[in-house]
Amino acid sequence: MNLMNNSDILFLFMAAPFISAAILILVGDRKPAPEINIAGSAATFAAGVALAIEYCAKGPMMNFGHLFFVDALNIYLAVLTSFVAMTTAVFSRKYMRQEREHGRVGHAAMRYYHVMYQMFIFSMILALMSNNIGILWIATELATLATVLLVSLYRTPTAIEAAWKYFILCGVGIAIALFGTVLVYFAAEKVLGEGGEAMLWTNLNMVSGKLEPTILSLAFVFLMVGYGTKVGLVPLHNWLPDAHSEGPTPISALLSGLLLNIALYSLVRCKALVDGSTHTDFAGSMMMAFGIMSILVAGFSILRQKDIKRMFAYSSIEHMGIATFGFGLGGPLGTFAALLHLLVHSLTKSAVFYTAGHAALMHGTQEMDKIRGLFKGNPLVGWSLMLGVMALAGMPPFGIFTTEFLILTATIQQAPLWAPFLLIGLAVAFAGLIRVVQPMVSGEVPDYQKPVAAAHLPVLVHLAIVLIIGLYIPDFLNQWFNTAVEMLK
Amino acid sequence: MTINSLIIEALQIILVIGLAPAFAGWVRTLKCWFQGRSTPGIFQPYRDLRKLFSKEVVLAHNASWIFRFTPYLLFGTAVLVGGIIPIISVDLPLAATADVIVVVFIFAIARFFLALAGMDIGTAFGGMGSSREMMIASLAEPAMLMAIFTVSLVNKSTSLAEIVQVIYNTPPELNPSLAFAFVAFILILLAETGRVPVDNPATHLELTMIHEGMILEYSGRHLALIEWTSMMKLYLFTSLAIAAFAPWGIATKGSLDALPLAFGIMIAKLGVAGLIIVLIETGLAKMRLFRVPEFLGTAFLLATLGMLSFFMLD
Amino acid sequence: MEFTIDTASHVINFLAALLLLTSFAMLAQRKIYGLIHLFVWQGIFLAANTAFVGFMADKSHLFISAILTVGLKVFLLPYIFYKLIHLLDIRKEVENVVNISTLMFIGIGLVIFSYYLTSPVRELSTLMTRPTLAIALASVLIGLLMIITRKNAVTQVIGFLAMENGLFFAATSATYGMPLVVELGVALDILIAALIFGIFFFHINTTFDSLSVDQMARLKEDEPDE
Repeated sequence: MNLMNNSDILFLFMAAPFISAAILILVGDRKPAPEINIAGSAATFAAGVALAIEYCAKGPMMNFGHLFFVDALNIYLAVLTSFVAMTTAVFSRKYMRQEREHGRVGHAAMRYYHVMYQMFIFSMILALMSNNIGILWIATELATLATVLLVSLYRTPTAIEAAWKYFILCGVGIAIALFGTVLVYFAAEKVLGEGGEAMLWTNLNMVSGKLEPTILSLAFVFLMVGYGTKVGLVPLHNWLPDAHSEGPTPISALLSGLLLNIALYSLVRCKALVDGSTHTDFAGSMMMAFGIMSILVAGFSILRQKDIKRMFAYSSIEHMGIATFGFGLGGPLGTFAALLHLLVHSLTKSAVFYTAGHAALMHGTQEMDKIRGLFKGNPLVGWSLMLGVMALAGMPPFGIFTTEFLILTATIQQAPLWAPFLLIGLAVAFAGLIRVVQPMVSGEVPDYQKPVAAAHLPVLVHLAIVLIIGLYIPDFLNQWFNTAVEMLK
Repeated sequence: MTINSLIIEALQIILVIGLAPAFAGWVRTLKCWFQGRSTPGIFQPYRDLRKLFSKEVVLAHNASWIFRFTPYLLFGTAVLVGGIIPIISVDLPLAATADVIVVVFIFAIARFFLALAGMDIGTAFGGMGSSREMMIASLAEPAMLMAIFTVSLVNKSTSLAEIVQVIYNTPPELNPSLAFAFVAFILILLAETGRVPVDNPATHLELTMIHEGMILEYSGRHLALIEWTSMMKLYLFTSLAIAAFAPWGIATKGSLDALPLAFGIMIAKLGVAGLIIVLIETGLAKMRLFRVPEFLGTAFLLATLGMLSFFMLD
Repeated sequence: MEFTIDTASHVINFLAALLLLTSFAMLAQRKIYGLIHLFVWQGIFLAANTAFVGFMADKSHLFISAILTVGLKVFLLPYIFYKLIHLLDIRKEVENVVNISTLMFIGIGLVIFSYYLTSPVRELSTLMTRPTLAIALASVLIGLLMIITRKNAVTQVIGFLAMENGLFFAATSATYGMPLVVELGVALDILIAALIFGIFFFHINTTFDSLSVDQMARLKEDEPDE
């Protein structure tokens, strides 16, 4: 057990969203609620940055008596999560205000929305920073529970249906993941003895060579199915297009941009454990298979979509498939690319959802057939959509092109037979996305288009970051990724 | 094969033949008490049999040899099984010829011929009763065999005599497989002996008859023999359940002087068994026919669970 | 009371068999009240098993788990369900997609499959609850079967809770229960889930005027209207 430094900032980082939630319960639907939401998220982000700085200075850290920890993999995702949470809160302020004015949400619903927003962030951070695989599970389930009623916030028949499917399917998936967790604990108990020590990632990673391979393989199957459902991998993805398209747009952004990352993070940690035990690429192959299936099915499904948010939801499935595939591929290049992909996808996807939200507000519908003339109607929205979709589709010089290219290279190097499938999936998705955005941004302004008070800043900031990453990766990011890649070998 | 065992064998067969009507009478009496009616007494079945034997046999013109032969066959099979199942003693020479699976199939032969006889004359009710009986049989038989398999697996033998010995030799324990098999067996007993909730033995409404439908055309001594057989069947099934699950009291090899005690314990057990049967019969209503497969499916399921439990729980 | 290891295994196996029986009985149930009663019995058997294992293996945290189970699954959750059924005036029959006999056979198939699947664990385990892991996994899968084949939202939820029962049992069988903090967290999750289900039922009922899941099948690609 190497000694790790204690970190009080870690405690602040986790406490901030929880305290914000508590405050928001009291504030309810009064005027300052969205501002408090932003302030709370900003505080969380600040704590996250401080934690990152501390990590760069001190190395891996722990708190709460080994229950929570900071290492290269989760600090990166933690900063990302808190950043996107903050920008989405900014977006949510203007967006939800207009939804309120249109009468789609009531007082109680708004209070619930703000409180659950912070609780959702809290549960995600809890999951990321948890050293205990049991608490990881609990936090993931908590995240699902926090968002279920948010998806059905509008109380339309389709929203309720989406939330129900989300609840049941993810609930079942999570339950299966619990069985996998029990099996991992069973294997760990033999080596580490009973009690909480046997559930800590730090301990497990140290003794992974001694854990029984058959048990871990069996456990990984359950964990793959379980957490894979939450990542939205095909064939367990049925809930995703519905849930991500029916909820309020800020929530869709958070679900697509952040929650999927958390689930994939859990899966990746499990994979590292299983690899250390079995020394085969059983886990990696499974992830690659699921990843490719997701890429292909999602890519082709994009072509059939009529609802803009649903289409982007399928795009999330595809990109998660790419990341899963990358992690499954392994090796320094694949893992690095997949890690970077999580970053750029979160930023791009949330930006794209923001724009889609604006466009939907302007036209009163989410159907792409009815959205027209964005360049003329609201040029900033139009250009954001155009650039965002281009970035999403993988056009250079945006970041997603970089990561997709890296993964493709890695595939050709390590597993050339998979490369054609990867290419087909990427190409089909590319075509599908570009094809529909063109009519939406050009053409005449239809008469039912309304002006909208758009929150442009988050979109522009995200797209700018994605552009920069596409051209240049900052040093600290490089360092984090390399350490993470080392860990995941 | 000693003289003792031959005596025991003969005694047991006489017991089965002689006591079966009394057991049936006991069950009917209990039922009357539960339903608040006055009873004609435990020995009424004997009087019924005597009445039937003295009556004339009326045969249809187109009755074949099967029709005339079946009552004797049925009686014979019941007597044969009566000589195999350990009721008062394990020491039965006939038991060496047949294990519990053969017993099941002897009953099956009897049922087969009864069904044929029901269709023999060509009346509508007979045919209906026969087809219903075969449907129930097709479901009850696998269930019964599954339950028997479970018992055999747990006690490591299919011979009833050995099963009793094994149960005597091992300390009593809570065995879930046996518990499942026991419940399954009770359900099957109700189906095989034609009791509520599967079939009402006292009904005379033709559309609800199963057993009664098949024997509708019988009269006189034929009917007497068939009635006697069904009383013996109830007695034998109950004894089979007792022997497989709760055999304490049955005399072991050789000793003639343990017989009176065994006899007394047997009477007591039969009394309790009758009570349980009547409680179930009074508590449940007769099921509609299309629910019977579910009922028997449950029995099959329980028996299968019992067998699976045996393998899974070591 | 002194128990030998042998008698203890018998008791544990017997309780496990009863648990499996309740799972099958839930599959075969026709009435919602029957389902809830069976769920209560499942909770009782589960708590009894946990407490007994805690007693035999000398693990006090299992007693706390057992008390939690009783409180949550024997009293609180069934009470919530009763209230919901009464308030929402739910139809009292259980509707299935497949008929009951087929369900039974599939159930038996799942039991055999679970037995096969958990054999590597069984070889390595040294606990007295070793054989019951297969039954735990079978309960989980039968719960899953219930969710898939039921048409009413309330009955789907009961299937989900039956799955959680199976998982809890699996934890006790494989490892004498997970650390207390994890078990508490799981219990908390279940409680919150139940509360959210309750709220959900109200929403569904208000919007659809029924809790039949058939109604909720509108989100498809080929429907031009939404």
